Amino acid sequence: MLDVAKSGPEFPLIDLKDVSRSFAKANGDKLVVLENVDLTIKPREIVGLLGRSGSGKSTMLRIIAGLVKPSSGSATCRGKPIDGPPRGVAMVFQSFALFPWLTVLENVELGLDALGVAKVEQRKRALAAIDLIGLDGFESAYPKELSGGMRQRVGFARALVVHPDLLLMDEPFSALDVLTAETLRTDIIDLWIEGRLPMKSVLMVTHNIEEAVLMCDRILVFSSNPGRIASEIKVELPHPRNRLDPQFRQLVDNIYARMTQGAGPRPSASEGIPGTGVGMVLHPISTNVLAGLIEAVAAAPFNGRADLPVLADKLQMEADELFHIAEAIQLLRFGALSEGDFLLSDAGRTFADLDTDARKKLFSQHLLTYVPIINLIRRVLDERPTHAAPAARFRNELEDYMSEDYAEQTLNTVISWARYAELFAYDEMSEMFSLENPN
Amino acid sequence: MDRASTPNLFDLAALALVVGALVAIIYGVKQTNAPLTLLDATPISLDPVHLPGYALRTTIRMLAAMAAALVFTFIYATIAAKSRRAEMVLIPILDILQSVPILGFLTFTVLFFMNLFPGRVLGAELASVFAIFTSQAWNMAFSMYQSLRTVPKDLDEAARSFHLSWWRRFWRLDVPFAMPGLVWNMMMSMSGGWFFVVASEAITVGDTTVTLPGIGAYVAMAIKQQNLAAVGYAVLTMLAVIVIYDQLLFRPIVAWADKFRFEQTASAEAPTSWLLDLFRQTRFLRILALSVSKAAESTTRIRLPIPKIPRVKLRLRISQRVADTVWMSLIFLGAGWAALQVVGYISATLHWSDVFTAVIDGFFTLLRVIVLIALASIIWVPIGVWIGLRPSIAEKVQPLAQFLAAFPANILFPAAVVLIIHFDANPNIWLSPLMILGTQWYILFNVIAGATAFPGDLKEAARNFHITGWKWWRYVILPGVFPYYITGAITASGGSWNAAIVAEVASWGDKKLTAAGLGAYIANATDAGDFHRVVLGIAVMSVFVTLFNRLVWRPLYAFAENRLSLG
Repeated sequence: MLDVAKSGPEFPLIDLKDVSRSFAKANGDKLVVLENVDLTIKPREIVGLLGRSGSGKSTMLRIIAGLVKPSSGSATCRGKPIDGPPRGVAMVFQSFALFPWLTVLENVELGLDALGVAKVEQRKRALAAIDLIGLDGFESAYPKELSGGMRQRVGFARALVVHPDLLLMDEPFSALDVLTAETLRTDIIDLWIEGRLPMKSVLMVTHNIEEAVLMCDRILVFSSNPGRIASEIKVELPHPRNRLDPQFRQLVDNIYARMTQGAGPRPSASEGIPGTGVGMVLHPISTNVLAGLIEAVAAAPFNGRADLPVLADKLQMEADELFHIAEAIQLLRFGALSEGDFLLSDAGRTFADLDTDARKKLFSQHLLTYVPIINLIRRVLDERPTHAAPAARFRNELEDYMSEDYAEQTLNTVISWARYAELFAYDEMSEMFSLENPN
Repeated sequence: MDRASTPNLFDLAALALVVGALVAIIYGVKQTNAPLTLLDATPISLDPVHLPGYALRTTIRMLAAMAAALVFTFIYATIAAKSRRAEMVLIPILDILQSVPILGFLTFTVLFFMNLFPGRVLGAELASVFAIFTSQAWNMAFSMYQSLRTVPKDLDEAARSFHLSWWRRFWRLDVPFAMPGLVWNMMMSMSGGWFFVVASEAITVGDTTVTLPGIGAYVAMAIKQQNLAAVGYAVLTMLAVIVIYDQLLFRPIVAWADKFRFEQTASAEAPTSWLLDLFRQTRFLRILALSVSKAAESTTRIRLPIPKIPRVKLRLRISQRVADTVWMSLIFLGAGWAALQVVGYISATLHWSDVFTAVIDGFFTLLRVIVLIALASIIWVPIGVWIGLRPSIAEKVQPLAQFLAAFPANILFPAAVVLIIHFDANPNIWLSPLMILGTQWYILFNVIAGATAFPGDLKEAARNFHITGWKWWRYVILPGVFPYYITGAITASGGSWNAAIVAEVASWGDKKLTAAGLGAYIANATDAGDFHRVVLGIAVMSVFVTLFNRLVWRPLYAFAENRLSLG
């Protein structure tokens, strides 16, 4: 690792140039998830990748980890093209990815396995890492005996024990509850400031805006469909950072605004809903949640207009989650996102005041007007003498525009929304849409 | 040697067990290398004194077959899971192999292995071991394949990003992940295996009769001499063997494999084994075992000095799709050629009328299987539900049902035959129950498991809304246990087809009973040494079983999975 340090100045640790990644769709077309991304990681910095789910940030992390190959562009690690997981890059997983049949100690030693470290040295380093991360006394425990926070500590120890040049973190705190996540975050930052963590740089993926501002020196905000770096934000606040500091709040507000602005030129992204017309990707959001958010924003203290960070805090939601719901409401024209705020439309305010049956009626009108695929299904059902049509017909149509997974997800959303609005019925066994509702 | 490693009393007990097992195995194995003439010189004796020795030989055959099945599973499943093109061929083959009546094959395998080691007992032994192997390997390979296909993505990524070699990864990730399913399937295979080991020890092919010392051969001799007492001794011995096998081998393995269950939460109830506990309490042996396991573990660290196979980077201008097409055509050409060979072989001496006879016989056997499964379901589902809803009873009955499933029912056939002859009953009807004698228990213990696992809140809800009588069966418990019932019924039906070959023809001394059916067709052809008819019979039965599985069981299973699985 010494010679690596020497060659350091000549080559950046990680260098991505013009990297794109696409996956094949059912009809042979390509679905671009990451487009023309550039990134350089320098020593001694924490870089955050911030974006919504599906913005390609996880794909980018996996390209650097050598787990996914870029479709085009160049990805290098210390000047060498990344072809398989590079040495000196260790990863912490969102789901911890611990081997349930190995003890804490064995899990940590597994990180050293392939380095050819002598057994005695392996044990010594593993114990040191376990000690550092606060797992003393748990060496012989199996993962299933540990709480979530303790498990993720094992994940950290396993990555740190290899003394990586670059530590990759894939939403490392998002599977933990709020309190545990905060404790672990603070511990990691403290160790980092004290210079006790063995890695040189950190690259973390997150969709939690405050987490990014709290931990990172540099934040790259991703836009969706296709994933691109929309903006880069330097965070120059000194550690330890205080969430209540006005400057901190300002930054968070600022990022919320950028993320609601959309990516700019693309018409599809400006509405926040990827794809257009029938090819719109719908996220599976329950009508209960839609109604709940509309009601919450209509009521005091928001009275129809809510600041997103405040709303997220009040509803105990992650920004990402909130965005998806708000965008669905925006699609149905019950509200709109702008400049970090969420405001209800007139229809949205009306909806909040109606009783169940009237709500269903209003909802069904908006579905027919603003969701082309629902309009299409209803039209086909009206036209056919049998008033029935197989789901496969519409699934195929959707797959012309999106991946199979998204088509499935979109269709499920359509079914659940249409059932609520009583627009048409769906039989799961025969996979048929029909106009017959059991009376 | 410090105090902690000095032997204690548990060591002594455990040592006796270990050394005893070793001696027994060495003794048993030595016998197999004897010349074949020895078998004729020392015919099977019905004196019960010899039974423990016979039981040992039978058990060693089982162990050898299990070891072979395990090696086969590791290789076959890994190739199928890792290579997409291999998968296209290997998995359908496995599917068909599961449906082929193994007992029909004995004829060929015996001849094949005897020719491999002419004049040695080893050839006949291997034939028997192979027969058991074929009854054990397929479902194990399937289980492992399915596990390998579902290795969690994050663990796979972790293994890759920490640079585990494939050999290390295999032992650290793939095998441990597959272990729970594999152990369960090994147990099922073992249960099925006793049936075949008994059937394969006394084989008559045309004029040649090979009798391998073992419980199966003992029973065959007892039947020949019409000695009902000897049959009784054999039954008792078999009971003892299965209990010992379960306690000394499987309980410890199941208890040990518990740690491989892929669950992030600690389970309420862990399986236990007194033997494993005994070993865990020993000092010296434990340390010995630990160092052995450490040595074994370190072999998984070996980074073989094989240079990384240089990835062939010639990007031929052939798209994936074209390459697949070529590969598929090669497979179909091969399959077509093989089919031609089979047809050519059969049609050399047989006509369409023979095919017709075989198919008609197939329908007789099919009718038997359907009626028997229906009867067994009507009897055992209510009983299983009743037992399963009473945990204290289920706890006692469940091991008994599993035990009965393992018991080779063919040992009991003579008793049934004696009764049929005595009452002069119609063999076409009364031989039939023998087919399901051994396999009905799968239905029982699966239904018990289903009823035991039925959620308490649903039971309470049913009570709260006063759902009783037929409504309770129809809307509450039957849908609840259905997925479990289907699993049991599939196993029972598969076993019944196989059992038909030994059940549709049964004898007692010089009296022979025959029921019309495909099983009898194959058995008679084997006795007569008519290989063409044996091949035809096996082919027809394979087709029947495969179609029955595809058209009946699979849709039912899918329905159970999609609509009736809880949670």
